[in-house]
Amino acid sequence: MSNQQLPEHPDFLWRNPEPKSSYDAVIVGGGGHGLATAYFLAKNHGMTNIAVLEKGWLAGGNMARNTTIIRSNYLWDESAAIYEHALKLWEILPEELEYDFLFSQRGVMNLAHTLGDVRESIRRVGANKLNGVDAEWLDPQQVKELCPILNINDNIRYPVMGATYQPRAGIAKHDHVAWAFARKCDELGVDIIQNCEVTGFVKDGNRVVGVKTNQGTINTEKVGLCAAGHSSVLAEMAGFRLPIQSHPLQALVSELHEPVHPTVVMSNHVHVYVSQAHKGELVMGAGVDSYNGYGQRGSFHVIEHQMAAAVELFPIFARAHVLRTWGGIVDTTLDASPIVGTTPVENMFVNCGWGTGGFKGTPAAGLTFAHTIATGTPHKLNKPFALERFETGALIDEHGAAAVAH
Amino acid sequence: MLLIPCPNCGSRDETEFHYGGQAHVAYPENPAGLNDREWAEYLFYRDNTKGAFAERWLHSTGCRQWFNMLRDTVTYDIQAVYPMGTPRPATAKTNATDAGTASTAADSTTTGNAAPSTSSTSITASSTTAPEGATK
Repeated sequence: MSNQQLPEHPDFLWRNPEPKSSYDAVIVGGGGHGLATAYFLAKNHGMTNIAVLEKGWLAGGNMARNTTIIRSNYLWDESAAIYEHALKLWEILPEELEYDFLFSQRGVMNLAHTLGDVRESIRRVGANKLNGVDAEWLDPQQVKELCPILNINDNIRYPVMGATYQPRAGIAKHDHVAWAFARKCDELGVDIIQNCEVTGFVKDGNRVVGVKTNQGTINTEKVGLCAAGHSSVLAEMAGFRLPIQSHPLQALVSELHEPVHPTVVMSNHVHVYVSQAHKGELVMGAGVDSYNGYGQRGSFHVIEHQMAAAVELFPIFARAHVLRTWGGIVDTTLDASPIVGTTPVENMFVNCGWGTGGFKGTPAAGLTFAHTIATGTPHKLNKPFALERFETGALIDEHGAAAVAH
Repeated sequence: MLLIPCPNCGSRDETEFHYGGQAHVAYPENPAGLNDREWAEYLFYRDNTKGAFAERWLHSTGCRQWFNMLRDTVTYDIQAVYPMGTPRPATAKTNATDAGTASTAADSTTTGNAAPSTSSTSITASSTTAPEGATK
């Protein structure tokens, strides 16, 4: 548990410029992924005449709504490569961005409740080790030693039969991550334009040449979409389809408590994931609502199911009070893997489909998407995550691999 | 929690139902003739409408029948409930472009005999409108 205090906060971290009439590239979406993309475009590719358009306020979408879990213990090689690269970037970014966003590597535990879970978990630990991802298998007693508040009795509905553990995983302050990227973007000359909603695209044949917004038309040579749950809406404006479905995903926090929870605990089987924020709130995430939705709210029974599981696993939570619940709109794909690459529209690129786990991928999404936009071809890390995989059949099936609860 | 007006059982809690995704996605008429792009469209691409959306639901712990529902994906208001195999009813806010992939005769259902066997002759007569307040 970190006892660090949050850093003193300056009045302004970025300018609020009027949009120029043209940019070399425009990023649609001012959340974590959009800001990280703009940062790496400017830093790695020297593209500083660029803008990030955000329809609301900066980082007010899923960046403000996630449960901040960072890990890289995915089963498949392609996923392990991109998420592990993200984790390595998380480890150096506070220094590089000169902004402490309290990345706390307190470890993540993924519980196993059935024999099937146990087999899947041990297999995943092996796969992780082969991919250079730190991973351990813990028996119930070791689970208890690491997280004493967990109930490991075998007479509960979903007994803890063990867990995988990634020590380098953890949590970070999500708002501060966004602000860290935004401040550096601004320093590098990137225009961050809030309250700027994209209403359409200007095309010359099949090539995008401009973005229509509620603040006027902006000419641009390249467009990168980083709009998560609203990616389909933007794609439709541009004249192509994406294989994603938008669902509400809910989370909640308790009121503040003394530090009781030293790590992050996730259970795919009962679908709850729990950590304790630096201030002391218990932060819990649920599963997605089954239906398509853009309403940024979900059904109460999803929360109820998640709380029932949490209270059984952590009996001391029974007396904690829910402070607030909320929902975000996540962009899910059928293989539970992201789409980062080119689109059927020339000079338009898409970064979406991160579904329920986009926060942890933020630095790698930014790095690889910036590379794709700047050079027109994918980085080796995002090459397998192209839109074309739905045609070739080269899916990266993390759903089947069960490491999908984020 | 949605309160869903099952056409057979009346209004019931969402927890009694199973979601079936976009309605009116027909099984390809000539599967052997599809190229990879067309298979990808059929298998992986679905509309992700922000607004009025025609979708399938199964009343899995009630009558165990599939039906179609028109629901707004922003407000979650339920605008109409109508049988499988009948076309999407016209509503004031509907955009008609959704009919692009629709083939009512070959409406796909995942459970062969669970779908009501509606003939295409009783299209408008059998579509029912959701009772007032049938949301959440």
